Amino acid sequence: MVDEALLRTLTPAVLGTLVRRGADFASAEDAVQDALVEAVRVWPDDPPRDPQGWLVTVAWRKFLDAARADTSRRHREVRVEAEPLPGPGEAVDDTLHLYFLCAHPSLTPASAVALTLRAVGGLTTKQIAQAYLVPEATMAQRISRAKRTVSGVRFTQPGDVATVLRVLYLVFNEGYSGDVDLAGEAIRLTRQLAVKTHHEEVAGLLALMLLHHARRPARTGPDGRLVPLAEQDRSLWNTRLIAEGVDVLQAALTRDRLGEFQAQAAIAALHADAQTAEETDWVQIVEWYDELVRLTGSPVARLNRAVAVGEADGPRAGLAALAGLDPALPRHAAVAAYLHERDGDPVTAARLYAEAARSAPSLPERDHLTRQAARLNTQLRSRAAGGRHSPTR
Amino acid sequence: MAKYLLLKHYRGAPAPVNDVPTDQWTPEELSAHVRYMQDFAARLEGTGEFVDTQALTPEGTFVRYDGEGRPPVTDGPFAETKDLIAGWMVIDVETYERALELAGELSAAPGAGGRPVQEWLEVRPFLAAPSTITE
Repeated sequence: MVDEALLRTLTPAVLGTLVRRGADFASAEDAVQDALVEAVRVWPDDPPRDPQGWLVTVAWRKFLDAARADTSRRHREVRVEAEPLPGPGEAVDDTLHLYFLCAHPSLTPASAVALTLRAVGGLTTKQIAQAYLVPEATMAQRISRAKRTVSGVRFTQPGDVATVLRVLYLVFNEGYSGDVDLAGEAIRLTRQLAVKTHHEEVAGLLALMLLHHARRPARTGPDGRLVPLAEQDRSLWNTRLIAEGVDVLQAALTRDRLGEFQAQAAIAALHADAQTAEETDWVQIVEWYDELVRLTGSPVARLNRAVAVGEADGPRAGLAALAGLDPALPRHAAVAAYLHERDGDPVTAARLYAEAARSAPSLPERDHLTRQAARLNTQLRSRAAGGRHSPTR
Repeated sequence: MAKYLLLKHYRGAPAPVNDVPTDQWTPEELSAHVRYMQDFAARLEGTGEFVDTQALTPEGTFVRYDGEGRPPVTDGPFAETKDLIAGWMVIDVETYERALELAGELSAAPGAGGRPVQEWLEVRPFLAAPSTITE
């Protein structure tokens, strides 16, 4: 049996090598696919000593065969063959090169995501199409356009790792739960990147993903409803992932080059550290939100900070922190509703929860917010009914 | 990326600028209209933005549950129903502005006299999948 996980790990490096040697993206990918098929056939009887080297050799030969067969490409083929192959000591690792290429700033975020999953992740176009709920033909076009966009890009120095991190963050954070575990795939790709770069923010993002992924079993109830952090069954949290996330984060923080992903991961780590919701160290969480706001200036960070302030210093302080923020921000009404309820104003809270439900970006969130409004309105009705009946009791 | 529904109405939308009923068009004008719609969908597939397009019959039936062991009750179609959906296209695009741009192009499909119909299309965002990282 051929280890398919190993093949998938080696694929981006092999593809990256072919692209660096001058193969165009689409042909290089075809050649790598052919080489993988050959590996599955040959390796069980004749395992190579150097699997990656074997794949590069076979894929490069497949590429040259295909280029020769295509007579219209004769000129390019000659040029490619004539070029000296870059030797060892390359400035950029081939796998890393492929990450940068797939996240190139000339691509739209969605194109970068699709290309990364296809070329670096080795997912099929069909799997990616299913993960984003679009027809396979549409996804195939999105990917081939992306390949064309970056086909002329040559890196003389490593790209900006921040562009790659944004793409991996999107893979982790968006998309639908289908057969493909996008969150798991994002973690695999970020882990691989972390090994290659030793960059603090790559570690920060990896830690952030691990810490959030650890809570996944507790995040939805059996009926698919969202379970908010404070109500989650913490015994369902994956302690192995939490331990790994904390280790990765601590190692990054010691290097004293803070970035937004490390700050976000630190907040997730403080949540993970609390045995119960009541034990959460909200004062420290507020401090990390202060860092996050300082680093990003993000209004979303300010909004989340208001929640943390509400927990650390009471709902009035939280509402005060909320006061300066634009009410048009996503989830502003939901945060306001939560703080007003904690402040003992269920009427305002119920109204705001209903308002938040109307502008919720997803169905589970809308259901959750509607349920909050319904809970408060039911309480208010029975309180009113109790009030009417009490004199006769 | 976000998905949007471009909704086309038989009734319920404001009148188009080029407001001539389709049965008053010439066959060539009808063909040109259909071709425009097909080309539009094909182009969006090429840009990686196409998801789906469907058309509906003008008449439908209202149905509701009528209690245990009883067949569902049907009613209609109602001539007075204000809002009547004719069909839709679903697109998956990078921004809301792009959705508006494409709806505008779709509304430019040629009609009577070869001039754009300039019909009103309703752009409705889909509810997305919930994001993982919220705090």
